[in-house]
Amino acid sequence: MNSSKPFAALFAAALIASLGAGAWWAGAMGAAFGLFALLTIGGGLICLFERSVVRSAFALLSTFLGTSGLFLLLGSDFLAMAQVLIYVGGILALLLFGVMLTPPDLGERRLPRVFAALVAAAAVVGLAVWRCADVAAFRRAGALEAPRSDAEVIGVAFLDPTQYLVPFELAAVFLTVALVAAVYIARRRSIDPDSKAAP
Amino acid sequence: MGLGAYLCVSAALLVIGIALMLARRNILYVLMGLELILNAANINFVAFARFSASPLDGRMFAIFVIILAAAEAAVALAIILHVVQLFHSVKPSAVDRLRE
Repeated sequence: MNSSKPFAALFAAALIASLGAGAWWAGAMGAAFGLFALLTIGGGLICLFERSVVRSAFALLSTFLGTSGLFLLLGSDFLAMAQVLIYVGGILALLLFGVMLTPPDLGERRLPRVFAALVAAAAVVGLAVWRCADVAAFRRAGALEAPRSDAEVIGVAFLDPTQYLVPFELAAVFLTVALVAAVYIARRRSIDPDSKAAP
Repeated sequence: MGLGAYLCVSAALLVIGIALMLARRNILYVLMGLELILNAANINFVAFARFSASPLDGRMFAIFVIILAAAEAAVALAIILHVVQLFHSVKPSAVDRLRE
């Protein structure tokens, strides 16, 4: 735990910087955006640089909560709550189960490889963004209306046969099939130290 | 807050997710990188839905992406458990044969 003090200082500095920059740029909304953006990107960076898989999985909690906050800022409260329920409550719990059921490997992180991968990914994404920024045409809404709760709109759209009823039912069937398949795949060899020899 | 700020956050998250999938030698990290990439795509969908003239379509896409991510995580985790029991390793490079 020797490295926790400079890390905390770094995190506090980044927090103050992002909050200040956001507030200077766009007031209270900007400060909230800075906080959520820091949660999102900072959690991802911790996950990338952390040596232990458990801590990486918990760093993803910050990323998912930050993304949920960004959804709230974008005026989509239903998606924000769905993000918390499904990602934090479901996918993160599944990931932690996976972490606990697999052997730990603390020596696999190589910092040069991490930095090289970061630079390569940034180069590729930057090139794609640079090439797309000129050709992409996007029809904006004339005036932004104030965000309001979209849960009712989404619910009505899901049950309207002219809109999203068929994809909604297909998603339900798909989830059932996927979960049954997951149980089937994981079932054959039980988690049992004695069953290692049995084929 | 304009559209560009959200797209910048999403691009950064995409970069981190790709780097996570490239750099770490553990199948679970590949899964985490995948989740980050899907989150980046979701931020893009919702941001474009907020600033576009038809605000519903992007949100619907984001919901279906979340559904797919949940199913993918469950199946991928089952496969990972199976791989660990078969190969006794979490390295993606250790999985190199199709039959026992």
